[in-house]
Amino acid sequence: MPPKTATTTEPRPGAGGQSSSTREMFYNEALNEALRLEMERDERVIVIGEDIAEHGGAFQVTAGLLDRFGPTRIRQTPISEIGIVGAAVGAALTGLRPIVELMYVDFSGLAMDQIVNQAAQNRFMFGGQARVPMVLRTQGGSGRGNAAQHSKSLEAWFAHVAGLKLVMPATPADAKGLLTAAIRDDNPVIFLEHKLLYRTKGAVPEGEHVVPLGQADIKREGTDLTIVTWSREVLFALEAAATLADQGIAAEVVDVRTLVPLDKAAILASVRKTHRVLVVHEAIKRGGYGAEIAAMIAEEAFDELDAPPKRLAGLDTPIPYAQHLEKSVVPQAGDIVAAAKELVG
Amino acid sequence: MTIDRATALELYRVMRTIRSFEERSTQLFGENKIWGTIHSYAGEEAIAAGVCAHLRDDDWITSTHRGHGHCIAKGADLGKMFAELLGRETGYCRGRGGSMHIADTSKGNLGANGIVGGGIPIATGAALTAQQLGTDQLAVSFFGDGAANQGTFHESLNLAAIWKLPVIYVCENNQYAESLPVKRAFAVEDIAVRASGYGMPGLRVDGRDVRKVQEAAGEAVGRARSGKGPTLLVADSYRHEGHYYGDPRKYQSKDEIEGWRKRFDPIADARAWIVADRLAGEADLEAIDRGVAQEIDRAVAWAEQGPPASPIKLPEDVYAT
Repeated sequence: MPPKTATTTEPRPGAGGQSSSTREMFYNEALNEALRLEMERDERVIVIGEDIAEHGGAFQVTAGLLDRFGPTRIRQTPISEIGIVGAAVGAALTGLRPIVELMYVDFSGLAMDQIVNQAAQNRFMFGGQARVPMVLRTQGGSGRGNAAQHSKSLEAWFAHVAGLKLVMPATPADAKGLLTAAIRDDNPVIFLEHKLLYRTKGAVPEGEHVVPLGQADIKREGTDLTIVTWSREVLFALEAAATLADQGIAAEVVDVRTLVPLDKAAILASVRKTHRVLVVHEAIKRGGYGAEIAAMIAEEAFDELDAPPKRLAGLDTPIPYAQHLEKSVVPQAGDIVAAAKELVG
Repeated sequence: MTIDRATALELYRVMRTIRSFEERSTQLFGENKIWGTIHSYAGEEAIAAGVCAHLRDDDWITSTHRGHGHCIAKGADLGKMFAELLGRETGYCRGRGGSMHIADTSKGNLGANGIVGGGIPIATGAALTAQQLGTDQLAVSFFGDGAANQGTFHESLNLAAIWKLPVIYVCENNQYAESLPVKRAFAVEDIAVRASGYGMPGLRVDGRDVRKVQEAAGEAVGRARSGKGPTLLVADSYRHEGHYYGDPRKYQSKDEIEGWRKRFDPIADARAWIVADRLAGEADLEAIDRGVAQEIDRAVAWAEQGPPASPIKLPEDVYAT
């Protein structure tokens, strides 16, 4: 099922773009371009994962790269998640800059020891002797009828582990710029894509484009409330903000882009402007990363708030299969409109 | 098999150093100077010594929770090892890791590992680096019989075999996965037979005899360096001490422990054949023992003078910048 909204968000001046000219492309094409450019730039960069060679990846992110870089740098593997991630950890420790593609974030449980106990902690445990420059790309989220084992939003798992960075781009431009930054980072970076964003289109800077990790982006300015969100919910928030504008409510949409490190300053600056905040995410509410953001705002800007921070998130349920059920458990644009009106009202 | 005097004495020295390190660590633990837990490698010294004899500083190893022996055989500084156990800033990991996480990347030691089987895919990845960059380096993963029943063993051996990676999987069968005897953990008697299921050679050696370990490891190293791919090397061994310091060992009888300790001692064995084969005399071996004892004393003294580990700094302790 194609996404019902296609973004045409322009990269904002100063948002990290190095290139003045842009080209319209899909999110998965933007990721593909980042991979290609970084592999051309640095021969230590390799991609390792399932179905990434002739098939081009389950979501076509590695399409064409086999022909360009050959089977050792586009290293297709058997279905062995912990073997793949662990091999990437070992390769990263010894001089390569591997990018792992895990087909679904739901499969990360199979590899969790290597992510959590090895990649994330090696540097610390070894007293700074090691670097683990690897990227674990995977995708999550609901909206394609893939049901409970292929649709989760698991960012809170990774956010809770010291030593990982965590990136969740919402637009094609950010996808390219953030992936480039992640590949160049000397730490393990969890890079979470969303399955319904792959076929969204947007203007993407040509050539080298780096969006530094740890910088949020104001995707829409407003004065009445701040909507803090990430990944696919950014598109819903923008859609909601347009509806709210018609009703006289000016919502500011803050796309955090990287959850770790978190751009607290940008979030707090927006809260100081609007005095009301709604945190929106697709992942289930209980223990979700929205709680972290809401708590951070309460701790650091309580006096600025005209209302308690509000969270709008997925229901505390596995993702169901049927189309109408699937939509019913994660925030849609209309839900954001309703929550925003309640907050402002 | 023939072995020259210099090699024999060096193998003996490494084994003696490992045993003495473990004895002193145990003593320091008893004096409450070591925090946490330690796992003694006593009894298994011939494996680390025999395998690492073939390795260069730029070859890699991954080790285990029972990792002091691998670390020493790969050329680590004893002072920095003791300093780590004592929680000093001068330790290998600046007091952040402790016994179960000692690493010495300057010598290719990618770390002990507190997760059983955790190092197996990491060594596989190191071998991938060597292959990708076209070097003749290799990786060795040391792990126990317990780890051979983890999923990482299966996935990693298969990846290494299909890609012909320069990696050697050294399974140290010390008869127990923590408290579980191998007889109750494997339906096969010979763990090395698993290798054929991955399409790689499986060698089984007497892990008590450092000469046999060294010979078998030499074969595996030759294969790895010449692009012929991985080998599974299983060394039968025995863990003299419990799983960890203070293990009540309720799963073993006193007779078993004492009998095996006497019967299975690679260091006593090495002394016997070195003398019998006239490679060296008792006096030479005693001189090595004295030298090792002095080295251990110096290392502990140096470690005890080190400052306590510095406070954690964020983010730089956690993230590379």
